[in-house]
Amino acid sequence: MNLALSDEQVFLREAARGALSRFKTLEAAREALDGNDSALPDLWPAACEAGWPGLLIDEAHGGAGLDAFDAMLVLGECGRVLAPVALLGHLPATAILNASPAAAGLLEPLSSGERRAAYLPTMPPNDLVDGWRVDPAHGSTRPSAALAKDDGKGGALVSGALAFVPDAPGADLLVGVALLDGKPVGVAIEASASGVSIEAVHRYDATRSLGHVTLSDAPATLLDAPEEALAGAWHLAQALIAAESLGSVETALEMSVAYAKERHTFGRAIGSYQAVKHALTEVLRQLENGRSLLYYAGWAREGAPAEFPLAASAARSVAGRALDHGARTMISVHGGIGATWEHDAPLYFRRAQLSRRLLGGTAAATDRVAGELIAQADAA
Amino acid sequence: MDLDDTPEQAAHRIRVRAWLKEHKGEAPVIGNPTHPDAITDEAEIISARRAWQGKLAEAGLAGVTWPKEYGGQGLGPIEQVVCNQEIAKAGVPGILDAIGVGMLGPTLIAHGAEEQKSRYLGPMLHGDEVWCQLFSEPAAGSDLAAVQTRARQAEDGSWSLTGQKVWTTNAQFSSYGLLLARTDPEQHKHKGLTMFILPMDAPGVTVRGLRQISGEAEFNEVFLDDVKLDEDAVVGGVGNGWGTALTTLMFERVTIGLGGEGLGYNSVRFAKGIASDEHGRRDSEVRRQLGEISSELLAVRFTGYRTLTALQKGQIPGPEAGLAKVTIVNGAIKAGDLITDVLGPDALDEGSEWAYMISFLPGLKSAGGTEEILRNTIGERVLGLPPEPRLDKGIPFSELRSKEGATA
Repeated sequence: MNLALSDEQVFLREAARGALSRFKTLEAAREALDGNDSALPDLWPAACEAGWPGLLIDEAHGGAGLDAFDAMLVLGECGRVLAPVALLGHLPATAILNASPAAAGLLEPLSSGERRAAYLPTMPPNDLVDGWRVDPAHGSTRPSAALAKDDGKGGALVSGALAFVPDAPGADLLVGVALLDGKPVGVAIEASASGVSIEAVHRYDATRSLGHVTLSDAPATLLDAPEEALAGAWHLAQALIAAESLGSVETALEMSVAYAKERHTFGRAIGSYQAVKHALTEVLRQLENGRSLLYYAGWAREGAPAEFPLAASAARSVAGRALDHGARTMISVHGGIGATWEHDAPLYFRRAQLSRRLLGGTAAATDRVAGELIAQADAA
Repeated sequence: MDLDDTPEQAAHRIRVRAWLKEHKGEAPVIGNPTHPDAITDEAEIISARRAWQGKLAEAGLAGVTWPKEYGGQGLGPIEQVVCNQEIAKAGVPGILDAIGVGMLGPTLIAHGAEEQKSRYLGPMLHGDEVWCQLFSEPAAGSDLAAVQTRARQAEDGSWSLTGQKVWTTNAQFSSYGLLLARTDPEQHKHKGLTMFILPMDAPGVTVRGLRQISGEAEFNEVFLDDVKLDEDAVVGGVGNGWGTALTTLMFERVTIGLGGEGLGYNSVRFAKGIASDEHGRRDSEVRRQLGEISSELLAVRFTGYRTLTALQKGQIPGPEAGLAKVTIVNGAIKAGDLITDVLGPDALDEGSEWAYMISFLPGLKSAGGTEEILRNTIGERVLGLPPEPRLDKGIPFSELRSKEGATA
């Protein structure tokens, strides 16, 4: 048994921290909220230099051939400084392609980052709902997945609407799931193809690049990834956003602890009061639980694939709540100043509120945990 | 990063599994009243479990981390976990004296005199003599260094002990107790303490069961009335009791870390409780709560593996391991509440699987230090937050009580 970071993983994490420290991501996040989108740094070249686009692609196709846990370490570093690196969209897309022998030709430029992919999030069935579904643009009713039809030339034509697709604006290739004669198949669609429209949308957190993707008979390459890989991409995305969220919790906790040591009231550092101390240990408790579940998810994806949906969903569930709680605690510990525009705390609060509603939302992940366990209980 | 056995651990597991397969039939049957060989009499259960502990120790399945010279295997914590896992898998009871073998024995190994080790460790490991931990008192729990049980030394070097201990597991059938007493009230609180070995049959020792919410007595009170001990009953030197106690508490954290889901509060069990109700298992609010509780309980399992990894690398688990206890207890409390909401008053029937758990948990919240004190410790030691101002530093223990009165 070994649940510790390897030397290579420590190096990967430190290198990521170093690379991202060259950018003033928090200042940029605030400026972007004020309407100056161009303030956000283009971090893709730094990501390419670090080799992140190819993290989950086999070495034979120019990638690093690493595991989901390594990708989670990088996402955690992005989350720490709210760095807008387009990995949440790119990595699950490459995971589907990497599991599709027919798509081997697409991988090389995606490994180097010369081309960027975005994953079209499609939620696999659970114990209560049989079908594959997507996030809606409004409200709570989840529409069915995109539909594919044979184009008579070995490919497919795909139609459907996918809302709030991470990192879709500016992506070169869209990779996801569509239903062909009722069966889920992997599809890869050139973003520049006819029938593809990507509308950039902004909601509450300017560092999060999102797009509404509309497909009308968009020409697609059919992928031969097995169904588990299609579902696996969804769960991978859950694990990645969980890791990113926990990175943000780390910063929220560090800033809160630092302030609780230096700020004095009634003649004492506020961190000496139990009320403040207990609130901060609660953030730590949730953070540590989340970290443990990242290990679970990282291990399960290779070591116990049947448990990966449970592990990734549990990580997402805990991380989503940890981020909300951590961000709110950061504001409370700082007092009124923590709720002002000049402070960094609101940036983390905004990140928390939007993140928890993306990719099916923390709620759907929590429900899947229950469903997976009820299934285990039925089988026991 | 992996959860697999190394080749050595796998070989160890095969040996353990083979032994259990061969000797499973010799294990006492308890907690299963419909079984033809079931033992239900309390005294018979204890003696059968002691005998079974002896067999486990003989076979090298208990005290795995103890040095070989004291009857252990001289192996690492992972090998002990492998034994625990296989014992659980085989469906047989583990050792009776987990407190002795897991916490008090290792304390004697670390601090005891050679004669104490050779006299006590063997019978402890084999279940011939069960041990209990006499630390907590009515006014010294989370603030353990406030113990008032007084040990006075006579001219001839012998000791006389008077006071009261509480929350003592297994005291009713223990042969010995490891006891923390105050030997010098004129010293600062943490300084004037000494650790003793107490024979539980010594004149002046009275053990009384302490009934709790469930109606059962899971713990005891132990009264000491002028109990005489020889000079050689001292462990680790006079005045060094606090350091010795910290060793025991450290092994307590290790035991919790190795125990993992040993309390049986795990996510699949709770899911089973919900799944038995056709409506509850489909209700989105019930599922949300089950999902939230279970996610945290799953996390604790992997926190345990992280602790084990640290132990294997020779690191000692810090107070943050205590957060796992907070998660388990609060998670189980919420789960019991949710299951009762779903199943209704039937879940509170004495015969139900849940009634005992629901009764036991409110007390467990304070076991091994209250949640509030734990959060203080973690806030200070792990997060580095400044300590709460204290009134008990730098003054003799004897003056502390009057000072407490003055600020009340």
